Amino acid sequence: MSGQDGPGLEHGAHWRGDMLVADSLPFEADTGPTAWQNALLAAALFAVDPVGLGGITIHAHAGPVRDQWQAYLDSLWPADTPRRLAPPNIADDRLIGGLDIAATLRAGHPVADRGLLAEADGGFVLLAMAERVPLSTAARITAAMDRGAVVLQRDGLAITMPTRFGVVALDESIGEDESPPSGLTDRLAFAVDLHGVSWGEASQDAGAPDADKIAAARARLAGVSVADEIIRRLSAVSLELGIPSARAPFFAVRAACAAAALDGRDEVKEADAVLASRLVLAHRAQQIPAPPQNEESQEPPPEPPEPPEGQGETEQKEAEAPSPEDILLAAAKAAIPDGLLDSLRAPNIRAGGAAGHAGALANAKERGRPIGVRAQAPRAGARLNVIETLRAAAPWQRLRQSTSSAPERRVIIRPEDFRVTRFKQRSETMTIFVVDASGSTALTRLAEAKGAVELLLADCYVRRDQVALIGFRGRAAELLLPPTRSLTRAKRSLAGLPGGGGTPLASGLSEGLKLAGSAKRKGQTPILVLLTDGRANVALDGSGGRQRAQDDAQSLARMIRAEGLLGIVIDTSPRAQKPAQQLADALGARYVPLPFANAASVSQAVRAVSA
Amino acid sequence: MAAPYPFSAIVGQDEMKLALMIAAIDPSIGGVLAFGERGTGKSTAVRALAALLPPIEAIEGCPYHCDPAKPCGLSEACAAAAERGATPSVHTISVPVVDLPLGATEDRIVGALDLERALTRGEKAFEPGLLAYANRGFLYIDEANLLEDHLVDLLLDVAATGQNIVEREGLSIRHPARFVLVGSGNPEEGELRPQLLDRFGLFVEVAAPRDLDERVQVIRRRDAFERDPSAFHEAWQAEEDGLRASIAGAKESLNEVDVPDEVVARAAELCVSLGTDGLRGELTLIRAARALAALEGAPAATQDHLRRVAPAALRHRLRRDPLDEAGSGVRVDRAIGEIFGGETGRDAARTAAQ
Repeated sequence: MSGQDGPGLEHGAHWRGDMLVADSLPFEADTGPTAWQNALLAAALFAVDPVGLGGITIHAHAGPVRDQWQAYLDSLWPADTPRRLAPPNIADDRLIGGLDIAATLRAGHPVADRGLLAEADGGFVLLAMAERVPLSTAARITAAMDRGAVVLQRDGLAITMPTRFGVVALDESIGEDESPPSGLTDRLAFAVDLHGVSWGEASQDAGAPDADKIAAARARLAGVSVADEIIRRLSAVSLELGIPSARAPFFAVRAACAAAALDGRDEVKEADAVLASRLVLAHRAQQIPAPPQNEESQEPPPEPPEPPEGQGETEQKEAEAPSPEDILLAAAKAAIPDGLLDSLRAPNIRAGGAAGHAGALANAKERGRPIGVRAQAPRAGARLNVIETLRAAAPWQRLRQSTSSAPERRVIIRPEDFRVTRFKQRSETMTIFVVDASGSTALTRLAEAKGAVELLLADCYVRRDQVALIGFRGRAAELLLPPTRSLTRAKRSLAGLPGGGGTPLASGLSEGLKLAGSAKRKGQTPILVLLTDGRANVALDGSGGRQRAQDDAQSLARMIRAEGLLGIVIDTSPRAQKPAQQLADALGARYVPLPFANAASVSQAVRAVSA
Repeated sequence: MAAPYPFSAIVGQDEMKLALMIAAIDPSIGGVLAFGERGTGKSTAVRALAALLPPIEAIEGCPYHCDPAKPCGLSEACAAAAERGATPSVHTISVPVVDLPLGATEDRIVGALDLERALTRGEKAFEPGLLAYANRGFLYIDEANLLEDHLVDLLLDVAATGQNIVEREGLSIRHPARFVLVGSGNPEEGELRPQLLDRFGLFVEVAAPRDLDERVQVIRRRDAFERDPSAFHEAWQAEEDGLRASIAGAKESLNEVDVPDEVVARAAELCVSLGTDGLRGELTLIRAARALAALEGAPAATQDHLRRVAPAALRHRLRRDPLDEAGSGVRVDRAIGEIFGGETGRDAARTAAQ
């Protein structure tokens, strides 16, 4: 059965891709569906096919708008659907399962605790503050999504627990140096942004599908067919948008199927594909496809691919009608946020840089190396290792049972059985490179400076330290590489560092100071490595003027010194110069002139500072 | 948990598939690491490999599934076999492919005191861990770069010696643990420790297909598989059987495949020109070329075989050159081009697997 009388939508047109434009917003025909409508639609499609679509990243602050969205999402699922809320610091034994201590002691033999991912089978996991989820936690979740099961090998337990769940990642990130791990978001079909949504808009009933329609669509989903041509177009659009992941077009196809099912159809139509490219592909865009003809005009509003009801009227405008692929592309392009397009237009920012790094740093402390167990009563700071404690007690149970006055106790633990896990304390270093890419450096030494940085990076990598990269040129400094342990990413952002322009040295120092502060708060030891000729000519506020620029740089240098930060200044001027030397003095940093320092001795100098 | 996606149905990714087959044919190559973009089927390929491996004979009841010809003598069943004159009961098992999941604890990896038996019966017994199960098979580490350091140390130790030594909770046990290490990961999430990287014989870089037709095919097959896994398996049965037979055949003929002197000389030449450390590169290169020849039913390894396996065998063995923007893969290709002339190794690998 198709179209008009199925369990489709009463306001069908509202929920058919860009048809929504024409119907519901007659006075603002070129604004497209609002973020709120997109968010509701994503929730509905996700509820139709939670496992196939993986989930949703909701970019929003905690508050009534997000609550409203969550309430809508909740309303779409049967009452007995498991919903599990996972905090970002969730421990492994709660996430993937482990030994149930109380039950084990009661029973006298190991009893497993299922863990949240297994409990969420058939429902979904809400990931709170997803931008703070460590990489390791994200990887455990995605492994379970990929396998359709949690594979547990811990605490003496070896269990495989089948589970299929969707994930809703609540992303509250603010700055560009935070975001949920990209390994996770890559497996979630949708990403919606609620930041611009007003409470007034969110509190209105937008006529979105309800639980009954979702249930009907779920039943219909398996029978929905999709033509090769549509798969082909969605794949082509994802290639044009420079999306590397093969999951993206797959999700787009699934989303189109879910949309068709939601509309009570058994076949995917053009409008479903338009909708899918808007909801699945747009936010993944890595590049802007070449504009069709005239560049100076604004992005054209996406043409409605076909009238809402009629089937036969499509041919009439054939001459100027855009090709089907252009329609999908236009839909995706219209949904790409302005800021994203701007950042993609700027040649010096890598689009991939904004994704998936917050986890890497949070992860650092948890990788403190456990170096075995020790017989010791758990005191403040020491964690009892229950399984090892039980193992220590186990061989004595027969003996103890026979002498014990409390025979009903299944396992008798004595103080000498207590075991705690020992961790090797190691303070991690974060090396922050602050690289001068201004005209004065670029012309002469930028390539060499890059070479030195790469050597240093390789060295940091061997020591498994984190690195971050700040570049400054023109009017301001910018964070080119948020803290990471990935040499690949570091090299890439270095390669994309162009030279030229003024020397906003103070701005570079200020960014370095900021980053060093956040490293300290995480318990890391920051080291600032400055590569510059020291000749500032842009002040902190971005205005020109050598004197003010130098003054700003000097006062920031003193602030850095006051913070007690370790530093090193590598002079990149053709001949050793006063300004860089003075900067090093103000910073209380080691001074290394690059002309005399081959890359190896530079890296030695840095090692000496950090040792 | 559903049966894995069939190996032969994986679209493209020829270099990765070839590397896995080569490691299956000659386990002494020392494993495969597949590094690259998300959503490219790295894990899918590894999990699918299990279905292609010809079954092996093992001593029944031995937790390390020992080869009847080489009993370890540790378990009761195996000890009986080790005694002269006793004939152990033997059964046929599929080659173990063991997942080392993230979050695994040390006790489950190396093995530990069997808590249940200790608590309920007061017996001090060893409960074998993943390293025991992986003996004579494969140990797969997804997201190998996220594995905790102390577990990496542990694996390095065992992989180097082929033995797992357990000294804990009053247990003192040493058992065979020879396995092919297979890892996957995404370099964007942090890199692998150089020591672990070095353990892998072959290193493949995986990227999502950029070709539209290939991408469409990926989606089509994925979709068909997820809609009806059993029908999909049936449709690919013949392909899978064919591939399984050629791997089994290659394993058998491996020892008869000749590696002529000039091929060895070329391998050495290539390694010298790339400045790879030690002899491990050359050895891997030659073994991989021999395995490839066996897979194709050739009586001897040729320079062409060598050229096709060279990128995977060598690209992770180059010293890092921070000033070379191109990356190690390109450098290997370049050296191959200089020594062999003509098409690059990567192109050759692609044509080979088709």
